[in-house]
Amino acid sequence: MKIKILGPGCANCQNLERVTREAVTDLGLDAEIEKVTDYAAILGYGVMSTPGLVVDEKVLFSGRVPTAAHVRELLGSLTP
Amino acid sequence: MSIAERMRARTPTRRWTAVAAVTAVWFALYAVNLPLWDALVYDVVGLDPASRLGSGVHFFFYDSVKIALLLVGIIFLVTVLRSFMSVERTRTLLGGKREGVGNVMAAGLGVITPFCSCSAVPAFIGFVAAGVPLGVTLSFLIASPLVNEVAIALLFGLFGIVPTLLYVGAGLVIAIGAGFTLGTLKLERWVEPFVFETRLGGQVIDSTAGLDWDDRIQMGVEEVGSILRKIWPYLLVGIALGAAIHGWAPEDFFTRYAGASNPFAVLIAVVIGIPLYSNAAGILPLVEALHDKGLPMGTLLAFMMAVVALSLPELILLRRVLKPPLIATFMAVTGAGIVAVGYLFNAVLA
Repeated sequence: MKIKILGPGCANCQNLERVTREAVTDLGLDAEIEKVTDYAAILGYGVMSTPGLVVDEKVLFSGRVPTAAHVRELLGSLTP
Repeated sequence: MSIAERMRARTPTRRWTAVAAVTAVWFALYAVNLPLWDALVYDVVGLDPASRLGSGVHFFFYDSVKIALLLVGIIFLVTVLRSFMSVERTRTLLGGKREGVGNVMAAGLGVITPFCSCSAVPAFIGFVAAGVPLGVTLSFLIASPLVNEVAIALLFGLFGIVPTLLYVGAGLVIAIGAGFTLGTLKLERWVEPFVFETRLGGQVIDSTAGLDWDDRIQMGVEEVGSILRKIWPYLLVGIALGAAIHGWAPEDFFTRYAGASNPFAVLIAVVIGIPLYSNAAGILPLVEALHDKGLPMGTLLAFMMAVVALSLPELILLRRVLKPPLIATFMAVTGAGIVAVGYLFNAVLA
């Protein structure tokens, strides 16, 4: 599973990364987490309000930092 | 789990009962605030209300509690209301709109759309890609920081409804006017080329989709925590300075130099305000004390707007998409609008 955190590095983006890492550890997933800070790349995903969460090239949400539970739910539903 | 997560109510009855209970407590605290500090500072500790120390100390505690309560209440309310709106939806609404109408809509949307300034660059590019004219986008970018909920909360609490409405009205007019003016100047050549070249790929998703009431309330609570954590140092410094001025500066200290009789007061206030970086929270307690000492409301509102609307961090961010001549024009036009509003209010309110 390839996870990308989209954002220029402000507090919200760092929170999202933290929350995502927590969820990944909780679920015991084999996931690679990458931070994308380049604006062109971020917009390439159609994300206008950062932070954004992309899993396996699919945008899950953007614009706010969800709870770890919510991220867990989302990631959990993606694993077969 | 965070505190906000642990607090999720999960059933409607529990949720709304909790909201009602917290609201009741809020009103009770607000009502008891003044009598409490009157009693504590003047009766229990025995300070003299007419003395500098007495009035300064009273101001510090009373204002701190009042401002904290107002911030909590209004930030929570505004965040929950804003959770129904998104940058993506604003972009759709503004896409292809002409100047004029577009400017008015953009200013209004700038006020109600939740917008983190870190999103300024992608949002700007996204708007351009959707066919939103440059001037309209700028109206949005001016209105958003200018008419912010922290400023409104504090203005309302410290000065009442009239200055607050004036501030919101003025903010909208400045955003519309400055954006429209910048649009007519046809400054597209000073936008960084990559903005027009970047493709907005994939599916633009709406960040407000799928939120339930528990989510919205949780967002409200988290936003209150997040903002308070960020601004409490500014707030305390602002209140302390305000208390000092309140207690120690002589009445009418400022009228002599910066009152209605000084025609340059507004201009100077705006020029000082632009490079200052503070959010509204730090500035307002200061503004209240200055007002007490005779500074006219128009000058103060102009000062506040100058501090809040044009901040160095925001301009640094905008530098990524706007070339220096456009940034300079942006600052000049917005600054001019603020100065005009300051003089107008001084004339009207005097």
